[in-house]
Amino acid sequence: MSLAATVTAPFRYVSRRARTLAWHAQSYFGLLGRALQGSVTRPFYLRDLTVQLDVVGVGSIGIVLLTGLFTGMVLALQSAVELRQFGAEIYIGRLVGASAVRELGPVLTALMVTGRAGSGIAAELGAMRVTEQIDALKTMGVDPVRKLVVPRFLACLIALPLLTIITDLIAILGGLLIAVAKLDLSVDLYMRSVYLALAQTGFTLGFLSIDFVSGFLKPIVFGAIIAVTSCYFGLGTTGGTEGVGRAATGTVVTSSIFILMSDYFLTQLIIALLIE
Amino acid sequence: MTPERDPLWDSGLLREERAAARALLDASRREEEGLEDPVIQLCDLVLEFGTTRVLDGISLEVQPGDTLCVLGGSGTGKSTLLRLILGLLRPTAGQIFVRGSDVCRATDRELMELRQDMGMVFQASALFDSLTIYDNVAFYLHEHLDLAEDEVEARVLESLEFVDLDPEQIRDLLPAELSGGMRKRVGIARALIHRPSILLYDEPTSGLDPITTRTIDDLIGKLQRELAVTSVVVTHDIRSAFRIANGVALLCDGHIVFQGTPEEMMASDNAYVRDFLH
Repeated sequence: MSLAATVTAPFRYVSRRARTLAWHAQSYFGLLGRALQGSVTRPFYLRDLTVQLDVVGVGSIGIVLLTGLFTGMVLALQSAVELRQFGAEIYIGRLVGASAVRELGPVLTALMVTGRAGSGIAAELGAMRVTEQIDALKTMGVDPVRKLVVPRFLACLIALPLLTIITDLIAILGGLLIAVAKLDLSVDLYMRSVYLALAQTGFTLGFLSIDFVSGFLKPIVFGAIIAVTSCYFGLGTTGGTEGVGRAATGTVVTSSIFILMSDYFLTQLIIALLIE
Repeated sequence: MTPERDPLWDSGLLREERAAARALLDASRREEEGLEDPVIQLCDLVLEFGTTRVLDGISLEVQPGDTLCVLGGSGTGKSTLLRLILGLLRPTAGQIFVRGSDVCRATDRELMELRQDMGMVFQASALFDSLTIYDNVAFYLHEHLDLAEDEVEARVLESLEFVDLDPEQIRDLLPAELSGGMRKRVGIARALIHRPSILLYDEPTSGLDPITTRTIDDLIGKLQRELAVTSVVVTHDIRSAFRIANGVALLCDGHIVFQGTPEEMMASDNAYVRDFLH
């Protein structure tokens, strides 16, 4: 290899990687655009949407119940250790309520659904791709994005906010269990403390807690991330059954990173728009 | 083992222009000879994946009602040819016409419409795992036609019977519960449910025993005789090809090294053809 080629090799490598990344970004947002377009234009696959709501939503209820319950319980336990030093155990409700509704509820729900439903979607579409079922759909004049992606996209958009509400409520209930059973707080005191935490950031439209709104908006974005990422990896599967495994793993890793990154930016946006 | 010399090669035209010129020349020749327009026409087709040239200057025509078998060893680009005809892949250069429509320039919507007149039988059948045999075969009708369920059922049963399957026995089974040969036949039933005029087969007999292979060959012949379907069959099974085809093309290293009737192929003195046959 000549000296010039050796010197330029790292730049060529970076340039190649940057081009690949740009191509993936373009394809990813292209798929998001087609999913959004397919959500509002015919044909609608209502039966497929119902099936996906069952898979993504109903199927995830068990794990979000467990996640919410134990997150609330551990939050109450951990905060009790700190607050006891100041004799401030009555604020446990505030801590559990604010943490669960603002951050942990939406983020943990999204991560759990990614692990359960997102990887499943990627594996299912990946298997369809390597067994030529996606090509079979196209040859029969059916658009795979409308038939496969849009129902999963809508199901995630609908299911994530609802699952997040369940997680929030169960987390608050988990905190209540610990507060009452281990810290001898009354139910009324705990719930009043939770309410104060939610009222602290104020209300929008006169009655909706801003925390509640932010906790509801985030899951919609997270739902879109889970659906588009899992479908993107699934439809792009190559390399047989090994490729299916890679697609499922890639979905969980990428979705989780995107969820955590977008959580930061969404929080910034909500603070700027609704709180400040 | 060089491809036939392209008479337009020294014309100074670019590849795309040569392909268009070839299409025009072919059209005027057909007009002079009073021939019908070909159902499928490939002109000077080139396909590259990165730096690898998979197909290099492929030109083929399939006349109405004909069965063309594309033969060749593994990895010679036979299945890729079918994907190009369906518009699932775009060629690097050249043109593809299906019933006069340019597949390479068609929009996604136009491709969807074009494909509604085509059926494809996949190598591994590509039946939808989560659907029963009945739903697999009825898929096209449910998606595109607003038929009463009675009529859908009648057409599904007719299709399954046409491929010599007992509908009552298998209609509620899942694809995984069928043998390889039965899955192939269900694949054919699904492909012909909407009565397409063009059927493409990707290795329809691969992995099957000789008796089942014969059954599938007979079925392809029956489709040609009874429904006048124009077919392109990709295979490496010479016996099978000679049973069903009235035209064969032999691919090697991305080129067509032989094109003609099965009899002409048998009589060919081309070294590669002789190697392939024996």
